Amino acid sequence: MPLKAFIKSISYYLPEQIFTNEDFFREFPDTISNKANLSKIGVKERHIVAKNELASDLAVKSAQKLFKQNNINPHDIDFLLFCAQEFDYFTPTTACVIQHRLNLPTNCGALDFNLGCSGFVYGLGIAKGLIESVGMKNVLLLTSSTLTRKLHPKDENLRYLFGDAACATLISEGNSESEIHQFSFGTDGESADRIMVKDGGSRNPITNESFHEIINEYGNITSNAFMNMKGVSVFSFSIKQVPNLINDLLKKHHKTIEEIDLFIFHQANLFIIDTIRKKLNLSEEKVFNYMENVGNTVSSSIPITLYEAIECKRAKKGDTILLAGFGVGLSWGATIITL
Amino acid sequence: MITLSEFTKKLELEFEDIESGTLTANTDYRTIKGWSSMHALIVIAFIDANFDVLLSGTELKQTNTIEDLYNLVFQKKL
Repeated sequence: MPLKAFIKSISYYLPEQIFTNEDFFREFPDTISNKANLSKIGVKERHIVAKNELASDLAVKSAQKLFKQNNINPHDIDFLLFCAQEFDYFTPTTACVIQHRLNLPTNCGALDFNLGCSGFVYGLGIAKGLIESVGMKNVLLLTSSTLTRKLHPKDENLRYLFGDAACATLISEGNSESEIHQFSFGTDGESADRIMVKDGGSRNPITNESFHEIINEYGNITSNAFMNMKGVSVFSFSIKQVPNLINDLLKKHHKTIEEIDLFIFHQANLFIIDTIRKKLNLSEEKVFNYMENVGNTVSSSIPITLYEAIECKRAKKGDTILLAGFGVGLSWGATIITL
Repeated sequence: MITLSEFTKKLELEFEDIESGTLTANTDYRTIKGWSSMHALIVIAFIDANFDVLLSGTELKQTNTIEDLYNLVFQKKL
């Protein structure tokens, strides 16, 4: 029987500082009239990274937690994948720095990749390839986001949505029924500007102009040095593309929706997920969400939700679970796992 | 086919913060106090769920009144 890649264990780490809805309404008192509509977003509090904390710091803490909680020897890791959008240096690769900080062996491969909300699913795809085609045994996938640092202080829309977090997932080779199955991926680079930090990279260096406030048609404020998300367009994209993605993936597996025990979507916000759920005719019981106390944690949202689903026994060994990520890029990806 | 008045009433029910009778066919919905992108998402989801028409952000931008929205939905359905 050929060895298959499967998700062996997950741990996550949240920074200490918490930004609650009470804090939010205190800072943006004009939004109180919209409180009832905002409750549809499904977030009550988010964790915010400390000033001196980096995405790699959160990732290291999540990995240390993973090793401790699951009695994993770092020397057994033979490949490290670091998925983030905020890296320590222009060069070298942050995963190389993390290899040393985690005391991983020097015969361990290390690779960064830059993706947001679809990143976990892409990471599972790379890990599956490394295990089933390249001969790796234990791939450590670290997803981390400190996006709140790139949110304009006056951006009330995004500051309501996003929280910081990191997650460590161990993907190993095995011969039980647990398995990461096939994938569907997608990209729409033409819509790259829908979710973008325009200035600060190679194309547009930071200038004074980068900090000039931009006010959108709804009165929301950002600037080119910070994240600019065209929320209405992203919503339309999500409710169109994600059902297509799910249907494509199910077709690939010759499965029907009824054969999936649980759906876990990227926790963009509850309103998006509920709209997608209704479009797919899924009952509420078939979808597990976890965002109330963490917000949208970008690439860590799916593994955090999976972890919590396992913790509260909504997901158990042997279950068939569909995972779907979508967001910045625009980029999307989905897979089916047997837990 | 749903009338403009029924469309307006049904849409109004989707919002948690808009009192009954506030919306009329001629309401320029952007001028409603507190109108936000969340309201725009609710409009898009309402139209998609009830009429199977998915409006893009750009299409929504081209409308001002509830009547504009109503006409756009049925124009796209044709």
